[in-house]
Amino acid sequence: MGSFEPILTRNVGVPNSERIAVYLERGGYSALRKALKMPREELVAIVKDSGLRGRGGAGFPAGLKWGFMPSEPITKYMCVNTDEGEPGTFKDRLLVEHDPHSIIEGVIIAAYAVGAQRAFVYIRGEFFLGVKRWIKAIDEAYRRGFLGKDILGSGFDLDLSVHRGAGAYICGEETALINSLEGKRGEPRMKPPYPAQVGFWDEPTLVHNVETLANVPHIVNRGADWYRSVGTERSTGSKLFCVSGHVRQPGNYELPLGTPLRTIIEEYAGGMRGDRPLKAVIPGGASTPMLTPDQLDIPMDFESLAEAGSMLGTGAIVVMEEGTCMVEVARRLMDFFAHESCGQCTPCRVGTRHLRDILTRIVEGKGELSDLDLLESVCAGIFGNTLCPMGDAAVNPVLSSLKHFRDEYEYHIQHKRCKEAQ
Amino acid sequence: MATDAQVLDPAKRARLLTALYIAQEQEGYLSPQALERVAERLDVPESEVFSTASFYTLFHTQPVGQYLIQVCTGLSCYLAGGAERLVDYLELKLGIKVGETTPDGLFTLETVQCLASCGTSPAMRVNDELYENLTTDKVDMLVDQLRERAERWAALNQS
Repeated sequence: MGSFEPILTRNVGVPNSERIAVYLERGGYSALRKALKMPREELVAIVKDSGLRGRGGAGFPAGLKWGFMPSEPITKYMCVNTDEGEPGTFKDRLLVEHDPHSIIEGVIIAAYAVGAQRAFVYIRGEFFLGVKRWIKAIDEAYRRGFLGKDILGSGFDLDLSVHRGAGAYICGEETALINSLEGKRGEPRMKPPYPAQVGFWDEPTLVHNVETLANVPHIVNRGADWYRSVGTERSTGSKLFCVSGHVRQPGNYELPLGTPLRTIIEEYAGGMRGDRPLKAVIPGGASTPMLTPDQLDIPMDFESLAEAGSMLGTGAIVVMEEGTCMVEVARRLMDFFAHESCGQCTPCRVGTRHLRDILTRIVEGKGELSDLDLLESVCAGIFGNTLCPMGDAAVNPVLSSLKHFRDEYEYHIQHKRCKEAQ
Repeated sequence: MATDAQVLDPAKRARLLTALYIAQEQEGYLSPQALERVAERLDVPESEVFSTASFYTLFHTQPVGQYLIQVCTGLSCYLAGGAERLVDYLELKLGIKVGETTPDGLFTLETVQCLASCGTSPAMRVNDELYENLTTDKVDMLVDQLRERAERWAALNQS
């Protein structure tokens, strides 16, 4: 195993790591003190220089997002996206439960840099412990003067409060999140305009994922050059990789971006759990196209995965061994997408249900060979034809499993049972 | 043209999800009367309140059991194994199928996809509590405890 010193998870495992006293003892809030003495433009420039990209799935450069926020002193908002729900992903939960202050410190610095005075945590309704940890940590931060009026004598004011979602995957999409925060159905909005122009209550709004924000204090403290020394040239910094499925030690592993997939699975997650060899891997959560054993040496960074026809997504690595029915995998994921489609765009609402029904009949041995063309044609009808990226995400498991395991689909149809169940 | 939702007070509207949570705590679900009350208190049309409540899976517009059990059967839990067995076991123990409520109104059984417990599977939620690394023994104990708690509570309310 390598000797990577954790950055984001450095406090995980320390007793009472969620308490402010422990966070302060371990150097917490020192980046905030430093940041509040810096000109705002300089902070934006440092984050741009660091190359930090969003960790929620899309990988958009964080500094650019900050730069898109208008510089005039008008009403601006900020949202902290804790709506983690991408199947296979359990990293934000770890940070919120074990190190909420590292995120709060990132929120205050980001809000100061873009001039937002009101920030909201939007947390998935199912994360009850997370809600409690957020509320307690925010309360502690207020008591110590890190939140509220005139933070640390800087003249900067910021209020932060927690808002609970109520069970809708789509609210992880930033404009759906904003609608939900406004008390509405969590349906994505048309983009442009982007939230940096028209966001919460139609004012400029900066939305960031929890893991993205947790990087900010470290960048401020140690500088952009240091940050760029971790990871690859274009995918800088470290990443929380959530490994699950058929591995010996499922869990969160923080490693530099660009760490080979094989290293993560074999050296960190303990390798395959049994005698069966690896059959397929989903590299970045349910929305990302699957990879096959010949692609295991791929470096886990934004560019390498894009080149391989997949995506880094949330960094949720789902490992599957030989014997796994890939049609069932696709069906199960489609069940998720069909359930979670917000219903606004017809291709996604109707298409995902079609796909689920076709996959179900193939799994049940009632499929026909023409169903394979039908699957592809429905996918083509959805892809690129929806308001938000969920439509594109939903077709990935189908198209990628068809591409790599078409013979299994055909076997299911011709023999009315699974090839893997022999 | 402005829609109803736009001319109303956005600050009141922003409280809708919180108000629905509070209302749901009273009766365990959102009855038509509860939705009506929320609409009145926030000056939001009833149709909008219902439309919003029905969008989110954690809001129930039909009665559910006192304990809502949600077992994760997402991809990672399916692969790790145990999730499906857990559902079968609960169906047997509670004598109901997924989507049903026990006749005494105590338990409702549901399956959900992804509770962010992919590394600690099998997992389930009972109301707001999360339970991970489950075994049938642990589930046995938990269900018995909940049943006992409900019985004690009922006895207390009768005396």
